[in-house]
Amino acid sequence: MTKMLTVDTNPVDCYLRVDRIPHIWCAGCGIGPATGCFLRAIDRAELNPDKVAVVSGIGCSGRVAGYIKLDSFHTTHGRALPFATGLKLGNPELNVVVFSGDGDIVAIGGNHLIHSARRNIDMTVICINNFNYGMTGGQMGPTTPLDARSATSPYGNFEYPFNLPYLVAASGATYVARWTVLHLRELERSIAEALTKPGFSFIEVLGPCPTVYGRRNKLPRGMDEMRSYQERSVIRDGADPKDVELSLNGPIVVGKFVDIERPTLWDCYQQMLDRVTKP
Amino acid sequence: MSKDDALCGEFFMNGDTACAEGAISAGCRFFAGYPITPATEVAERMSERLPQVGGVFIQMEDEIASMNAILGASWTGVKAMTATSGPGFSLMMENLGLGVMLETPCVLANIQRAGPSTGLPTLVAQGDIMQARWGAHGHYEIVALVPDSPQEMFDLTITAFNLSEQYRVPVLLMADEAVGHMSEKVVMRRINQKELASRPRPKVVPEEYLPYDSREGLVPPMAVAGGGYRFHVTGLTHDDRGYPVMTAEAQDKLIRRLVDKIRLNAKNIIRLEEIGVDDAEVVVVSYGISARIARYAVQKARDEGIKAGLLRLITVWPFAEDRIRELAPKVKAFIVPEINYGQIVREVERCAAGKAKARLVPHMGGSVHLPETVLEAIREEAK
Repeated sequence: MTKMLTVDTNPVDCYLRVDRIPHIWCAGCGIGPATGCFLRAIDRAELNPDKVAVVSGIGCSGRVAGYIKLDSFHTTHGRALPFATGLKLGNPELNVVVFSGDGDIVAIGGNHLIHSARRNIDMTVICINNFNYGMTGGQMGPTTPLDARSATSPYGNFEYPFNLPYLVAASGATYVARWTVLHLRELERSIAEALTKPGFSFIEVLGPCPTVYGRRNKLPRGMDEMRSYQERSVIRDGADPKDVELSLNGPIVVGKFVDIERPTLWDCYQQMLDRVTKP
Repeated sequence: MSKDDALCGEFFMNGDTACAEGAISAGCRFFAGYPITPATEVAERMSERLPQVGGVFIQMEDEIASMNAILGASWTGVKAMTATSGPGFSLMMENLGLGVMLETPCVLANIQRAGPSTGLPTLVAQGDIMQARWGAHGHYEIVALVPDSPQEMFDLTITAFNLSEQYRVPVLLMADEAVGHMSEKVVMRRINQKELASRPRPKVVPEEYLPYDSREGLVPPMAVAGGGYRFHVTGLTHDDRGYPVMTAEAQDKLIRRLVDKIRLNAKNIIRLEEIGVDDAEVVVVSYGISARIARYAVQKARDEGIKAGLLRLITVWPFAEDRIRELAPKVKAFIVPEINYGQIVREVERCAAGKAKARLVPHMGGSVHLPETVLEAIREEAK
């Protein structure tokens, strides 16, 4: 007979609005484990939690901000990045984290993504990629693999998806990584690294969406998609982002792809201010 | 120039520039914007001035981003603004609504040009007055001021910041191309710190803080990001804790408060200028550049012995309902010259409630009314 393991508290409870639990995410969803990694990474990176601000947009992943007991902002669809830009430039001491989904950050907010990376504004973006719009019932988006089925691609998706690491690296991000929620230790370590790394850091996190994506694509339970991650994932740190394209059944290249130095937006702004204020 | 130096003295400058200087004098230290005619000069001036006073200027990738950036900046405790014109104003609407919902102080200047769509980018209109009132979805109240001169571009920008801080609401400065681009004398007085309003701050420890605490008034205290309060705010309908609550009851409580904090304070917010209204038989109700033409027409009518008056709306929203209701039984007609095909005239007609005629003197935009057109309307209604 199995005995239920019960714990009164979790080490990350201090960073959670426990009075808002249970959360809205489905059984088997990948957003919860990714959120856990982020919260543990705050301690791992030894950040002052009072100076961490979390900004989300709209969608399932957009609900992350609402469960985190830090200064947290649940904004409009696609606009977490420009809101976060205002926060960071308003108070450069803040450690600003954007935690949201692929539809939010890459589709409706895609323009803000490339421009934030271009500016190399010092912030960390955690982008949950579940390959579809979960909250609205599983429609295709710019990350849906070719041929995958969704509520709005019932005969198979006929659009090419973005290769996100390639996109953000080309746009100017100085830290780019991809993990799945199977790679919890690597993900936590990577988020901690990103949080302390100056400049624009982007972490793509593949997470299952059994309820509306998996069941249309022969992965009806959360475990099925986790198993597919296990079978298909290849860790290749330093891989060229142009070679890490995802497909419906092909390999999933994970790892840290970009970790370079470049002055941040704030560094450059300070240099400009020096020119203004010095006679 | 020292770090906190606002300009003081008499200057000959255009309205857009005066708006930027008003913002600096009001303590604005963050500007996010996107180039658009005829508002670009506000951004250009800010890009020059904010670095001089230790502030931040950033040109964003579009107006949607600009609006969001000023909201984010405002939550760090900084006074923030943007400036745009019609097409950009349309793009800002969704997140203007976010500003209303999160109760975020900020100022948005719309230097109106003729629309719809690209319209007449370089030419004047007043076609966005109803958009200012109702442009974002959902039911809310907003504050909108209309300057009639470069001097008022300076003065009312300061007023706009004060009202936005006081009521925790985005405040719109609904200027127009004519006022934005005309150059006149602008007197910039030194603004005393006491003249500047600040948003209410939490008086409780973080553990007791509620982001939308309405127990002590309609305007809740506002914490700043990074201040240790660890608060949550959301564009979803929320309770006093800032937590989403998806019920009709929560919606009722929240929307009533968001509306009432402006509606019940309308008397304190509304600013009017009146010339010869007390004994007038015909009252011209106008605003912005149109009010300057109306002023001349009313003077001419008085010279002809007609009892004409001018009621200039400095605040278009909230609308001066009480004053129109008060005047309606005493006057023959209200005449409303505006550079659109009838927007504020609807409000005047509603409040006149049949007790006085409300006559629109429209102009489709691209130039301003001829004073004679307004004068002729006054003459006809005075008969």
